Amino acid sequence: MNDTARAAILARLRAAPRSPAPAYPRPGTPAWAPPVHGSERLARFTALLEAAHAEVYQASATDWPARLAELLEQKAVARLLYAPTTPAGRQLAQAWGEATDGRPRLIAYDRPVEAMKETLVSGVEAALTGTLGGIAHTGSLVLWPTPDEPRLMSLLPPLHIALVEETAIADSLSALIASQHWAKAMPTNALLISGPSKTADIEQTLAYGVHGPKALIVLVIRP
Amino acid sequence: MNAPLPQDTAATAPLAFTGKARVALNDPRLRANFRRAMDGLMSKRAAQFADADEWRTLRARGAEARARALAKLPDLLERLERRCAENAITVHWAETTGQANAIVLDLLTAAGAKTVIKGKSMVSEEMHLNAHLAAHGITAIESDLGEYIIQLAGEAPSHIVMPCIHKNKAEIAALFAEHIPGQPYTENVDDLTGAARNALRGAFAAADAGISGVNFAVAETGTLVLIENEGNGRLSTTLPPLHIAVTGIEKVLEFLDDVPPLLSLLPRSATGQPITTYVNMISGPRRPGEKDGPQAVHLVLLDNGRSRVYDDPQLRDTLRCIRCAACLNHCPVYTRVGGHSYSFTYPGPIGKILSPQLEGLDCAGDQPHASSLCGACAEVCPVEIPIPDLLVRLRGEAISPTSRAVKGGGSARSLGDRLGRRLSTAILGQPRLYGLISRLAGRIGDRLPSWLPGLNRWTRVRSKPAFARRSLHALARERGYADE
Repeated sequence: MNDTARAAILARLRAAPRSPAPAYPRPGTPAWAPPVHGSERLARFTALLEAAHAEVYQASATDWPARLAELLEQKAVARLLYAPTTPAGRQLAQAWGEATDGRPRLIAYDRPVEAMKETLVSGVEAALTGTLGGIAHTGSLVLWPTPDEPRLMSLLPPLHIALVEETAIADSLSALIASQHWAKAMPTNALLISGPSKTADIEQTLAYGVHGPKALIVLVIRP
Repeated sequence: MNAPLPQDTAATAPLAFTGKARVALNDPRLRANFRRAMDGLMSKRAAQFADADEWRTLRARGAEARARALAKLPDLLERLERRCAENAITVHWAETTGQANAIVLDLLTAAGAKTVIKGKSMVSEEMHLNAHLAAHGITAIESDLGEYIIQLAGEAPSHIVMPCIHKNKAEIAALFAEHIPGQPYTENVDDLTGAARNALRGAFAAADAGISGVNFAVAETGTLVLIENEGNGRLSTTLPPLHIAVTGIEKVLEFLDDVPPLLSLLPRSATGQPITTYVNMISGPRRPGEKDGPQAVHLVLLDNGRSRVYDDPQLRDTLRCIRCAACLNHCPVYTRVGGHSYSFTYPGPIGKILSPQLEGLDCAGDQPHASSLCGACAEVCPVEIPIPDLLVRLRGEAISPTSRAVKGGGSARSLGDRLGRRLSTAILGQPRLYGLISRLAGRIGDRLPSWLPGLNRWTRVRSKPAFARRSLHALARERGYADE
C-alpha cells in the first residue's frame, strides 16, 4: 500500500503543470537579510529573555558555581540534576565538593531515561545545562543535547538553569546556521528555548510551567 | 476515500454554514469570547510588524521560500525521504486519511502501544485520528492545554492555533471540576493550568508512543521542525519510546536556511510573539550512547487531495499556508461566528479555500461564500496567499468547472441557474427584446413584491432597490450618443 501510494502521489505531482521556481530575490521586491545587532547583542538578548519571564544574571568563568549556589538557595532547590561528564558539570561538582553549607544535592543524569524516569519526572527541582550559544534577535538559547547532556534536562525539572558564554551569543538563527554549518550535520535534536514553558489557552491569560519548566534562569558567562 | 465522521456528514446539507452562523451570531457568550480574543491578537500582531519595511521584505522572503518549495515539491519530497532515511527516520506515504490512519495504527500495534500522548496537529484532526485509534482500543490523550480542554468537552478545535478560544474561564473551570478527579471549581488560571499539568504528567511518563504534527520538514537535512510554547510537544516527541509525526505533503522546505524567515513570520503573525518558547528540530531517533529521545521516529506524509490541488497553478498557492491563523484572526466573518460554524477541520479564510478543495465543492461548496471578500486575510497573510482571488475562483468552479484540480466542480449548477443563464443570454443577445424588458422593468419594477423569486435572495436581508424610470440606454441616446 505504501509504495503504491508513494508512486501515485509523486506521479500526480510530476504530471502537474510546472511553474518556474521563483528567483531570490524576486525582481521588484526588497531582499531580506538576517538582522544584525552588533554591540547591542547582550542587551537585546537579556531584555527579550526577561520579557519572556526568564531571569538573566551575569557571572565569570570561575565564580558562576558560587553565584548559582546563591540563586538555588533563594529558590529552595534541594536536588539539582546535572551532567557529570561535561566541563561545566565537572566544575560544578568540584565547587560543590568543597562546600559544606546547605547546597542542593547533585543528581547525575548518568543512565538512560528508562532507568531514571521517576527521578526525572518528580525527583529533582532543577537542572543545569550548557548551551551552544544564544540568539540576540529573539532572546533564545540554543541547545544541542548530547549523550553527556541529554534532551530531557531542559524540559522535565520545574527550574531550568542554562549557562551561556557571552561570546557565543549570535545576532540571528540565520547567522548561526551559516557560521556553524548546521546543514552539514544536524544533531538528533536541536532546540531553541526562549523562556519558561507557557500557555495562554485559558482566556489569553499567560500562565507558566504548564508542562515544561515553570522558571528559567540564564547565567551569562563573561569572557 | 475513508468514510467521513457523522460531524462531516451534517455539513453536506445545503446552507450548513448559514444556519450555523445564524445560531452563533445569536450567542452573546460565544461572540464575547471571540471578540475579546481576536481584538487582542490583532493588536499584538500589529505591534510585531510595526516596521512596514521589515514586514515587506520578510514576507517577500517567506513567500519566496514557500513558492520555491512548491515549485520543486516532488523532488523535495524524495530528497526529504532520502535524508530522513539517512537519519533513521522512516517515511510513510498515504493517499487518503484512511491510509494514514491505518499506517499509524499499524505502527502502534507493532510496538504494542496502548496509550498515546499527542502534541497539537491539525492534520491528525483532518484524519480524525483519535476516533480511529479509540475504535481499535488505543487511547490518545491530547496534551496541548487547549486541545486537552476540548477533548474533555468532546469538541473539535475552533481555531487552528488556539483550539479552545471559544471557551471562557468559567466554562473551563466547570469542565475541569467535572472531569479531573479531586479538582475543585476554580477560575484561577494558574490553578487550572496546574491541574492540567498534574493530570498530564503521569500520562507523559506512561505513554507508549507520542504523536505530533510538523510545522516544517526540511528536505536538505531531513529535519522536522516543531514550534510550541508549552513543552508538551517536546515531551510527546522525547519521552515515549516511539514518535510518529504526521504532516501534509506540502509542508516541505528546501533548505534549513528557509526556516529562519518563516520562523520569524509564523509566531508573530499567529500570536504576536517574537518567537515561540520552544523550537524543536528533530533529525532522528536516539543514537547509540544517547540517554533519551525516542527509539524510533516515523514520518507519515499525507496527500488527501493536496496533489490534486497542486495540479492547478493558481489553486496551488493554497498549499503555501504555514497555518499561522492570521487570516482567521482578521476575518470579519470568522471573528463573529467562530470556528465551529464552518463544520470542517480548517475554519476561517484558509479553510474557506482549503476545505472545498480537500473535501470537494459538492460537500463544502458553501465555504467560499462565507466571505465578504474584504481582503483582510490577504493583507495579513505572511506568505502572500491571494485568498480572495481563490474564493472567487472556487465560487465560479462550483457553477462552471474549468479545472480537474477541483473536486466536485459544477456541483452547484442547478436547473434554475441554467434556465436563468439561458434566459439572460437570450435577452441580452437581442437588443429589441432587451430594450422592451428594461422599459417594462422601469415601469412596473417598483410595484413588484419583494418575495418574488429572484428578488427575494436580495430582499431577505436588504431593502428593495428602486428601479430607474429610464434606462441608461435611453439617457445616453438623449445626450446624443449613438446607440450601437
